[in-house]
Amino acid sequence: MKHALSAAMGAVIATLALAPVAQAQSSDAVLDRIRAKGAISIGYRDASIPFSFVDAQGKPQGYSTDICLEVANTVKTALNLPDLQVKMVPVNLQNRIPLAANGTVDISCESAVNTIARQSQVDFSYPFFISHTRLLVKDKSGIGELKDLAGKVIALPINSVPERLIRSLIEKDKLNVRIVPVKDNAEGFLALSTDRVDAFATDDILLFGLRGKAPNPSDYKVVGAPLSYDYYGFLVQKNSTVFLSLVNATLSRMARDGRLQALYAKWFSPMGVPLSPDLETIFNVIAIPE
Amino acid sequence: MTYSWNWGVLVQDPYLQWLGWGLALTLAISLGALAIALSVGTAVGILRSSERAVLRAATGAYISLFRNIPLLLQMFLWFFVVPELLPEGAGRWLKRDLPYPEIVTAIIALGLFTSSRIAVQVSAGIDAVPRGQRMAAKAAGLSQLQAYRLVLLPQALRIIIPPLTSEILTIFKNSSVALTIGVYELTTQTQQIQSITYQGFEAFTAATILYLAIAMTVTVIMRAIERGVALPGTTSGGLHVRF
Repeated sequence: MKHALSAAMGAVIATLALAPVAQAQSSDAVLDRIRAKGAISIGYRDASIPFSFVDAQGKPQGYSTDICLEVANTVKTALNLPDLQVKMVPVNLQNRIPLAANGTVDISCESAVNTIARQSQVDFSYPFFISHTRLLVKDKSGIGELKDLAGKVIALPINSVPERLIRSLIEKDKLNVRIVPVKDNAEGFLALSTDRVDAFATDDILLFGLRGKAPNPSDYKVVGAPLSYDYYGFLVQKNSTVFLSLVNATLSRMARDGRLQALYAKWFSPMGVPLSPDLETIFNVIAIPE
Repeated sequence: MTYSWNWGVLVQDPYLQWLGWGLALTLAISLGALAIALSVGTAVGILRSSERAVLRAATGAYISLFRNIPLLLQMFLWFFVVPELLPEGAGRWLKRDLPYPEIVTAIIALGLFTSSRIAVQVSAGIDAVPRGQRMAAKAAGLSQLQAYRLVLLPQALRIIIPPLTSEILTIFKNSSVALTIGVYELTTQTQQIQSITYQGFEAFTAATILYLAIAMTVTVIMRAIERGVALPGTTSGGLHVRF
């Protein structure tokens, strides 16, 4: 009996001693990789203003970048890795999903719209922004809606959600609009400012960013009713639920203690884009208690 | 890496059609550019071999300009910058009224870029014809034009067939750079399929096979041409050619 008791005690002690092993089991590919490398790789974009862009010194900046630096802090604490390095890795519209899926970046922090098709290759964090597809036009053009573009030309970013949306709307309404595909937002703006096109359509917040950086912002305006309702999320390798929950927990905490709202004010108020009731609701919804 | 394969995507509507359009556009751009590159390149190459210093300097400048600037940059300059430098009416015509401005620009940019490289090959080919041939042509009473047309060029063009084959292969591959100015050629369509279906590996495999098939076809045709025009007893008789 005594032997049985001490055996049981031994088993308990052994279990306690093995606790770190048990903790290691609640891990996943992304966390294992971060632990092995002692570094977290964060994907950024060069011109997705104000979410993820490089400043004049070539340093990645932005709303998404700031949130992901908090994610890195959460990971540092959760994995007990005080020396965790943060590696910033450039990504673009074409490669961000493959790079998140194959683990080149642990998290892609920019302005990716959450779609069902994309969910087949990557997982998305909680939403941290909503955008709408709208149009950037010249102030004097008199264009107010997509239908005003009949007989005119529109620039669309190659392989993007707005491109497919606008193409389908043009086809549905049989509008006579010529499409000029552009590689990125900077080229879209270049095409508009040099009169190659009459409008450039993409996520409205990116359009506000482009307008803000124009030599004469008042020459341009963002017009049209919202053509879509798109949530932005961070991209994470599929089935990395433990890492993804750390990312989401970071967003929840930041939404609850007001840091997310403060970051919004820091990046979007200078652009003249106030927090919309829709996004405020999103922030309340993702503020899940501890 | 977590990836779910689905080869069926390649034969699905509309993706098969997209690949077909992409292939057609790749062929159209490459062949259009090839026509420009061969005609301009041959002309510049002939002038380059001239004995007149001013022609040599002018063609040298042309070759330096088009050969030393990366193709990607040239494509961009032709598309976005050149229309701004022209008088407003002409610039506006290029930007707005020209049908398919991005395709036309891609053909011209790729054609002129390649023409500088072909020009170097043509002039090197002419230089490689033994000097005695030019002298003999002169001695036989042929004019400069006749000497080029009847004696120098027929030999020079045979000599440069092997490097020209590489150049033609390169033109097909370089046509993918047209992606940067919004041409929906094979590579763009492949990326488009990837961006919609997320089956990027399947789409890129298909594109790889198509590019490979184009290259093999070009090689076979050029070898047939080389054998067909070979002069008995010369090195261009295909003796040195191996796969």
